[in-house]
Amino acid sequence: MYTEKVMDHFSNPRNVGEIENPDGVGEVGNASCGDIMKIFLKVENNIIQDVKFKTFGCGAAIATSSMVTELAIGKTLEEALELTNAAVAEALDGLPPAKMHCSNLAADALHEAIKNYKESGQ
Amino acid sequence: MKPARLLNEISLSLKYMSPGGMTVKHIYMDYNATTPLRPEALDALLPYLKEDFGNPSSVHWAGRAVSGAVEKAREQVARLINCSAAEIVFVSCGTEGDNFAIKGTAEALRAKGDHIITTTVEHPAVLASCQALEKQGFRVTYLDVDADGMLDLQALEQAIEEKTILISIMWGNNETGTVFPIEEVGHIARKYKVRFHTDAVQAAGKIPVDVQSANVDLLVLSGHKIGAPKGVGALYIRKGSRMVSLLHGGHQERNRRGGTHNVASIVAFGLACELAGAELEANYHRVKALRDRLERGILSSITEVKLNGHPEKRLPGTLNVSFSYIEGESLLLNLDMKGIAASSGSACTSGSLEPSHVMGAMGVDVALAHSSTRFSLGPDNTEEEIDYLLEILPPIVQRLREMSPLYNK
Repeated sequence: MYTEKVMDHFSNPRNVGEIENPDGVGEVGNASCGDIMKIFLKVENNIIQDVKFKTFGCGAAIATSSMVTELAIGKTLEEALELTNAAVAEALDGLPPAKMHCSNLAADALHEAIKNYKESGQ
Repeated sequence: MKPARLLNEISLSLKYMSPGGMTVKHIYMDYNATTPLRPEALDALLPYLKEDFGNPSSVHWAGRAVSGAVEKAREQVARLINCSAAEIVFVSCGTEGDNFAIKGTAEALRAKGDHIITTTVEHPAVLASCQALEKQGFRVTYLDVDADGMLDLQALEQAIEEKTILISIMWGNNETGTVFPIEEVGHIARKYKVRFHTDAVQAAGKIPVDVQSANVDLLVLSGHKIGAPKGVGALYIRKGSRMVSLLHGGHQERNRRGGTHNVASIVAFGLACELAGAELEANYHRVKALRDRLERGILSSITEVKLNGHPEKRLPGTLNVSFSYIEGESLLLNLDMKGIAASSGSACTSGSLEPSHVMGAMGVDVALAHSSTRFSLGPDNTEEEIDYLLEILPPIVQRLREMSPLYNK
């Protein structure tokens, strides 16, 4: 069902938690679909210095959250906005077909956080 | 693209190479999903996969050698639910039995009426059969349950109308273990002269099931829930009940169900029924004590846990609980890594986008429905296994909660 990489990120998720006084926060999903992802950002000179996440959801939801934080750190905001849900899934060596739509929202959460940063940080 | 390694391969390898060279012991707590084949059932069936290969419908020596075995199994099944052997029809699984009971009745009694009564918490085999009949013009009343998953008998009585031809109400719920008052349902059905079908797949062999005292007309059993192989079940059809067959074919099962008999599995199923009947009382107390130990342990060591299902009127081995702020599949995966097999009502494990329809029918909050976790125990479980689960569960729940945006310490 899940790849080795998904299980690795699920069992040892990277960057779990919250950032105090974050520069941007993004949340996607809702309880009725079973997945809620919240991403916290620290941005300096247009570069993502730190990302943390909190996720309520299945194995795929937790693993994609963990993976997107790894992919985003060190990227410019423009580069981070180009990250897609599909790219996150690919970095995990793929997700089961049923999970591609319901639990693969981590890049959306990242984009929401960047949007929040841009809106509030002017 | 390199082939992805499967989760079960990983868990298999964990068995041998988990960190620190420790092996993870496999602990099975999903008996409502299926049960291991009983060794006695395996011994009983093997000859019918080898030398006793005949078709029981044949007149010659090879057929004669096995037809007696099928009839003996029929008697063993009949004894478990207190009916006569002639009232038992062997089928391939519980789903076929439910389809046969519901569609076979609807077609046979169409001239008499077009109304069926069932509940919102039935197994999908019953719900989907009723929905298929709705497409053909039948009307179906789906009775609600209360927060404990319990049925309202008054609502049942009020739902009966002149055109009601069938009441289909399960004996014990597969997800919560809630046991319906089947004798009372049977009494009402008899009073209004409505045929009564019950899916007893989870109840039979675990609690007393008697079609006479409960006035049941149609009852479904499944072999693999009580230690027989997958692929065999039975439908009890009360003598004199007119039915239309689902599988038209040869003259097997007194023309009620065509298809060559699954002899080996039927033999094992018969023996499993006999053993379940003989051990019923002892297993009931043993399994219930284990379940109660687990329930008490979870409720006392973890905060914000909700019991799903009726607190008392419940199958002895079933415990369904929701842990606030965490999702069921992520909990199951963590348990699996520790060797424990359980199941969840989360959408992620149901293969749909919706969480369990049973949780929804009970009015369970949607986040708690996604978190619902079922431990279903059997006679092979031990106190040591329960205690091991109670030891590893609180830290897993805490870790997932700390990861959850819904959780505020």
